[in-house]
Amino acid sequence: MVVLWTDALIYLLVATGTVMIWSLSRQRALRRPLRQLARNPIAMVSLTVLVCFALLGLADSIHFRDDGNNVISLLDVACHAMRDSTEKTYSAPFATHLYARETIILADGSTRWDFPRLQHGGAHLTDPESQWAGDVFYKSLGAFLRGAGLMAMIGFLAWADGHEQRRRFLRSPSAKAVFACLCIIVSVTYTLFALSAHYHVLGTDKVGEDVFYQALKSIRTGLVIGLLTTLVMLPLAIVFGIMAGFFKGWVDDIIQFIYTTLNSIPSVLLIAASILMVQVYMANHPDDFDNVLVRADIRLLFLCLILGVTSWTGLCRLLRAETLKLREMEYVQAAQALGVTPATTLFRHILPNVMHIVLISVVLDFSSLVLAEAVLSYINIGVDPTTYSWGNMINSARLEMAREPVVWWSLTAAFVFMFALVLAANLFADAVRDAFDPRRADNTANIAR
Amino acid sequence: MITYIIRRLLYAVPLLVAVNVLTFVLFFVVNSPDDMARMQLGQKHVTEQAIQNWKHQHGYDLPLLWNDPQAGAQKLTETIFYQKSAKLFLFDFGISDSGRNIGSDIRQRMWPSLALALPSLLVGLLVNITLALLVVFFRETYVELGAGVICVTLMSISPLFYIIGGQFFIGKLLNLVPISGFGDGFDAWRFLLLPVAISVVAGIGSGVRWYRTLFLEEVEKDYVRTARAKGLSETQALFKHVLQNAMIPILTGVVVVLPLLFMGSLIMESFFSIPGLGSYTIDAINRQDFAIVRSMVFLGSVLYIVGLLLTDISYTLVDPRVRLN
Repeated sequence: MVVLWTDALIYLLVATGTVMIWSLSRQRALRRPLRQLARNPIAMVSLTVLVCFALLGLADSIHFRDDGNNVISLLDVACHAMRDSTEKTYSAPFATHLYARETIILADGSTRWDFPRLQHGGAHLTDPESQWAGDVFYKSLGAFLRGAGLMAMIGFLAWADGHEQRRRFLRSPSAKAVFACLCIIVSVTYTLFALSAHYHVLGTDKVGEDVFYQALKSIRTGLVIGLLTTLVMLPLAIVFGIMAGFFKGWVDDIIQFIYTTLNSIPSVLLIAASILMVQVYMANHPDDFDNVLVRADIRLLFLCLILGVTSWTGLCRLLRAETLKLREMEYVQAAQALGVTPATTLFRHILPNVMHIVLISVVLDFSSLVLAEAVLSYINIGVDPTTYSWGNMINSARLEMAREPVVWWSLTAAFVFMFALVLAANLFADAVRDAFDPRRADNTANIAR
Repeated sequence: MITYIIRRLLYAVPLLVAVNVLTFVLFFVVNSPDDMARMQLGQKHVTEQAIQNWKHQHGYDLPLLWNDPQAGAQKLTETIFYQKSAKLFLFDFGISDSGRNIGSDIRQRMWPSLALALPSLLVGLLVNITLALLVVFFRETYVELGAGVICVTLMSISPLFYIIGGQFFIGKLLNLVPISGFGDGFDAWRFLLLPVAISVVAGIGSGVRWYRTLFLEEVEKDYVRTARAKGLSETQALFKHVLQNAMIPILTGVVVVLPLLFMGSLIMESFFSIPGLGSYTIDAINRQDFAIVRSMVFLGSVLYIVGLLLTDISYTLVDPRVRLN
């Protein structure tokens, strides 16, 4: 087993996330918003999509060495059919022939100017023209039915469940929505995976690599950027924000000065400058970064670090304002009057009461970070060019729109995957904000009920 | 008022010093000029002499902070910090690593940036506010629900796809406008049409949602209810009262970004090859021209601080309740 830096941090993140969720669910005050969240079908569906993405990302974060001493991940093992079956250059989704014509040497020695057959995509067909449509149809139908059948069986088991409480839970709109969503995800994923043993379901790119595989590998990068950045940002924002609001005076002045300074530097330029510095550093210390994977990983980690440094100021300001309000509350005043030390007051009385702001802003920031990665990669200050990421896919595909006929599949794949992740994150963020923000109107209505 | 502005200007000085020191540390201490020279000249087979020549040419062959052999004040002035960083305060940006005068480059490239950014901002503002008012007008109907769904969908699409899609469909398939490029003088409008339209569309999702929350906060207030009670129609109440009062946060939100418009938009300009400051910055980043990046960082911070100051002043102008002290 090989543990990269980002892998280790992802494991840490999963551990802290689990502890956080466990401790949050034990807090009385948070039970109502959590229940409201669970009752919202849209929130639960988007959470399901997010969890599916997260599982794929996690599978891609468990690295080990294979027989050839290459570092591969669990996802690579699952996708070995796509990983190994590279073609010469572009080919359309489900194509049996290459995108470009070339000279083919026939069996009798003569040459012909035509589209050559792919080495892997549709290689099992003897006569692609007549068999192709039927083969694709029957293969996808069969795989889809198998996936749907699995889900139908689970659904049947759930339906037959006699336990009264579980029955009520399974009949709720959220559970139904989640089940429907899972049905679609499982059957479609199963179909795509089954088909990709015979075809390139999303085509191949310029060097003949499977686009579906690239898009799957990019999930991890997107999640790492979205989540590890929060891991960097949260401690800074929470510690500084609460301290500024609680102690006021010179502490407040210094912290305000720090975040105004950081805010005033255009964040793109700060990121660019830092990434340039890392590049220079790595170029001058080639011995420490001999492995391509390690280099890319360090750069990804550093990108998260610098994104975290540029993005903590907003949350810090919110927390400062909230703490300023909270410290004048009677219960905090009472705690101070009773002689509770400032540290205890902070941990017991202030911190739990600003957690909803932290939670909301973490979920809200996630989608914008995923989108930011694409833009940064486009300017060449994002992830390493060898890392699989949607930004890199778009970056290398943007000139392909000018080709004739248009090479649309790389862009479409990146678009669909990114859109699904960001849309789910946005919808979930809205639901979290509605549930946890005490100022939202329908909360009071729920309390009264 | 005047004393307040002076005090704010004085407060800006330590901020700029901090920005300056930060960039100095980032550009010269973390990586020495030797590293930069090696980067520019290519990693391998670089002689010590070549590095020294490069450093001398670009003025990096000085000590960082303190030049001991020199006499008097030159101990301070003949250093990299003074030559490269402190001079930025006088807006003397110096010479870029490829030998061009950064100051005149900036003055020249500012205008195309502005020509793109200002119309994008104004049209975007108009479109967003109109749509948001419409959504608020139809609140608690299916129109609002549909608008919410559309907004979230639009928000979830990466800006890169708006640009690529716009260039492909409008520029290439329909052939309505040139795909990219820029013209002299008023001829440039043909080239600006598509980028402005795209940045407006790309901003609709988050913009409409933001203005909608602003309007919704106002719409439930007592004075609006009074206005309705005295017989004003919903349209009149919205335009006469809600819009006017919501203008305060809208205006101040716009004022803070006004100075930053000079910096241009990075991706827009590089996709449409508009010779503004945004594409200038991207080129500098790609060529690893540290002098330009450093100047742009400083310029950006100055403009941001100016924006903050303008915001505070505009508060007093639009909202008579606010007093500066």
